[in-house]
Amino acid sequence: MMLRVRMFARARDLAGTDLADVEIADGATVGELRTALARRYPRLASLLERSALAVNAEFAEAQQTLSATDEIALLPPVSGG
Amino acid sequence: MVLLTHEPIDYTALTEQVRRADCGAVVLFLGTVRDLTDGKVTTALDYEAYPGMAEKKMAEIEQDTRSRWPVGEMGMIHRLGHLGVGEVSVAVAVSCPHRVEAFAAGRHAIDRLKELVPIWKKENWADGSTEWVHPQQTSTE
Repeated sequence: MMLRVRMFARARDLAGTDLADVEIADGATVGELRTALARRYPRLASLLERSALAVNAEFAEAQQTLSATDEIALLPPVSGG
Repeated sequence: MVLLTHEPIDYTALTEQVRRADCGAVVLFLGTVRDLTDGKVTTALDYEAYPGMAEKKMAEIEQDTRSRWPVGEMGMIHRLGHLGVGEVSVAVAVSCPHRVEAFAAGRHAIDRLKELVPIWKKENWADGSTEWVHPQQTSTE
């Protein structure tokens, strides 16, 4: 399945896009998506390790499974305030 | 009440919104754009959010704060876009019956906002360079 990952802040700059398309096996987990993102965007790897992934606007754990209709976002360490 | 806005934050109006007859204490926190970070001169900050999730997390923080202290009213507003030095980036206003709980509730709300809400700032340094701020660990400064 094709997943579209929203990118923010420095992650967007490193990936060179605000929407990263990643091809991944059906039923893949958040952890597997991390691996696929790091492979597709090597410059992102270091920041990715410190970043959260959100699925449908909620922080997601590594073992959570994904579906093609999920809204997915890569959230680097936040710095609001 | 939570809000993301590109407009200047009217913190006077926000403060008035949380005032209540049964609350003898009102605390207002303002975060403003500081001119110096680690010895480097900042000319401006750019703020961006993951809309939807940012408001959702702010609303959860309001509910969490209300569950811990006897909050009468509270409001959290975060500004987005390009802010010059001295401008208000975030405002948290809380009313409670007494001051101890009002201070504690306001402190909790801003601390959690800085920890959980998907908003990011980009430094615009005086030498013309820019840099996204991605803390190594959660900051409560």
